[in-house]
Amino acid sequence: MTAQNKQERLLDVKGLTVEIDGRRGPAVVVDGIDLYVGKGETLGVVGESGCGKSLTMLSLMRLLPNKIKVTKGTAEFNGRDLQTMSNRELRKVRGGDIGFVFQDPMTSLNPVMKVGDQLCEPLIYHRKMSKADARKRAVELLRLVGIPGPEERLDAYPHELSGGMRQRVMIAIGLACDPKLLIADEPTTALDVTIQAQIVDLVKDLRNKLGMSVVWITHDLALIAGLADRVVVLYAGTVVEDAPVDDLYANPSHPYTRGLLASIPTLSDAPAARLSSIGGTPPEPGRRPAGCPFAPRCPLAMDICLREVPKLEPISSEGRHRAACFAVNTALKAA
Amino acid sequence: MSAEPLLRVENLVKHFHVKLGAFGEKAATVYALDDVSLDIHEGETLSLVGESGCGKSTTGFTILNLHRASGGKVIYKGQDLTRLDEKHMRPFRRDLQIVFQDPYSTLNPRMTVGEAIGEPMLFHKLATKADLKDKITALLQDVGLPTRFASRYPHELSGGQRQRVVIARALACQPKFIVCDEAISALDVSIQAQIINLLLDLQEKYRLTYLFIAHDLAVVRHISTRVGVMYLGRLAELAPRDALFQTPLHPYTKALLSAVPETNPEHERNRKRQILQGDVPSPLDPPAGCRFHSRCPIAMDVCSKVVPEWKEARPNHLVACHAVNSGLS
Repeated sequence: MTAQNKQERLLDVKGLTVEIDGRRGPAVVVDGIDLYVGKGETLGVVGESGCGKSLTMLSLMRLLPNKIKVTKGTAEFNGRDLQTMSNRELRKVRGGDIGFVFQDPMTSLNPVMKVGDQLCEPLIYHRKMSKADARKRAVELLRLVGIPGPEERLDAYPHELSGGMRQRVMIAIGLACDPKLLIADEPTTALDVTIQAQIVDLVKDLRNKLGMSVVWITHDLALIAGLADRVVVLYAGTVVEDAPVDDLYANPSHPYTRGLLASIPTLSDAPAARLSSIGGTPPEPGRRPAGCPFAPRCPLAMDICLREVPKLEPISSEGRHRAACFAVNTALKAA
Repeated sequence: MSAEPLLRVENLVKHFHVKLGAFGEKAATVYALDDVSLDIHEGETLSLVGESGCGKSTTGFTILNLHRASGGKVIYKGQDLTRLDEKHMRPFRRDLQIVFQDPYSTLNPRMTVGEAIGEPMLFHKLATKADLKDKITALLQDVGLPTRFASRYPHELSGGQRQRVVIARALACQPKFIVCDEAISALDVSIQAQIINLLLDLQEKYRLTYLFIAHDLAVVRHISTRVGVMYLGRLAELAPRDALFQTPLHPYTKALLSAVPETNPEHERNRKRQILQGDVPSPLDPPAGCRFHSRCPIAMDVCSKVVPEWKEARPNHLVACHAVNSGLS
């Protein structure tokens, strides 16, 4: 990325490191992550459980639970560092310029508060709307996310809605103040495929209408294929590959990305006798190996991989496709 | 498919009686399973797919008599299992095993891996105290775990390893039939593939028959011989794997398939999805007639009144749909 592109970055995270203060001393969960989101761009953040994808996003908003701390790094949003901002300033950003949609709407919605009141809250707080105006806007928002009979739904409690409806309410709350950036953390993981398809279409549609940037966190490489402009693949708290979406699926470079893609059965290819799989399991935080964290499972691992940590380096001529792998990078230099 | 099936399910019905309201003052019935019939043949993998609440897990539980059936029969070795009490069911339990979704809650945290695998063998007298250790070692090798794991506790293992232990425990009884109830759904993608391959290897080695309950259609396509699609407690369609995925007949199956994302960005962006409107209705008050009619893109008048017949539309391809049965679709 060059300087001129950099100005278009809405969110720019550099060297973000998050540690858990555990019984056995501090364990690094997020290990110096660099990532950015351009204006109007949809970024997919993909990784398996424990790779640090959710903690990265929570740490941006300083929403980390006790005993989990950001120890290094900066996260600039619109040119201002979220990590050093005062709490008062940060409150304006949370739910205002940055909307959040969490995975589990049942635990993220307040069970004793009517849906309408939860929707009006950010509007009254951030946009200083009157209660009556906020209610009008809340009806619009519920209609926008495709909830039938929005006027009546305002007075419903979360438990009276189905899972898909609750997730729509979460999205409506995330969108309430026309955020510049919507961060969605596995918003469809708990939902059935037909409902998932509805939600994905809804977010695509809203993104095109409102021109916002989206960060979509998921473990599902198939889901993100039709949604993202660019995808970042995380493994054990580090970025292993970062590429425009078409490049990533056409030319997956990091052995982890390749293994992951190969292990996903699809509806279109011929069913093989056995799926290809990645042997072993991801390392636990605090017990990560020296060198490349993927080396113990990697078919291409060399001596250097066990000693040194590979850097995220450009692998295509335009420099938009980057991977952190010694094998890939040495092969490129040799070619 | 003319051979005698391993297990025959006839018109299985399961209703749950529940109490609603803050004080449980309202009695209600959940129509979880309604008139489900299917044959399961030896050595095959029959998968049941559908969305949450469609009754696929209930089918598995009711077949194993873990839920008492409200009606219908499950015939295994000439016996109707639904009529057996727990004591008479016990000898059959050895043949009929289950692997659950969450390997953590189904393993006793105070038992070592070896104890968990050994217990069913001792109970069914398949091992003596003398050869128990060797048998545990053999089972651990079967599921690809190092033998030193026998003395470990579940909390020391990862999710994938725990699921391997649960599979070893099911295998310990030398079963004929295993219900895999969302057995891989809780696992990460890279681990899922390992467990799927393991299940396929074991099936070959021991000629196992699986009832594979899952919601991931791509996985189901990969491992199944036949696939049944359920909606709100009823079977909508049941067909050999390729027929179901290549020429689905029921409109619900079509919608379900069109909702599955693929790892191909260009294909995904240009794809016209057939998106179902609305949510699955409540099984407390399922729609009359065809249960899918409230969301069906091709519903006709008759669909809201008459339950569609469960009919063989093509050889071995059964479907319950008025439009298909009358040749309109």
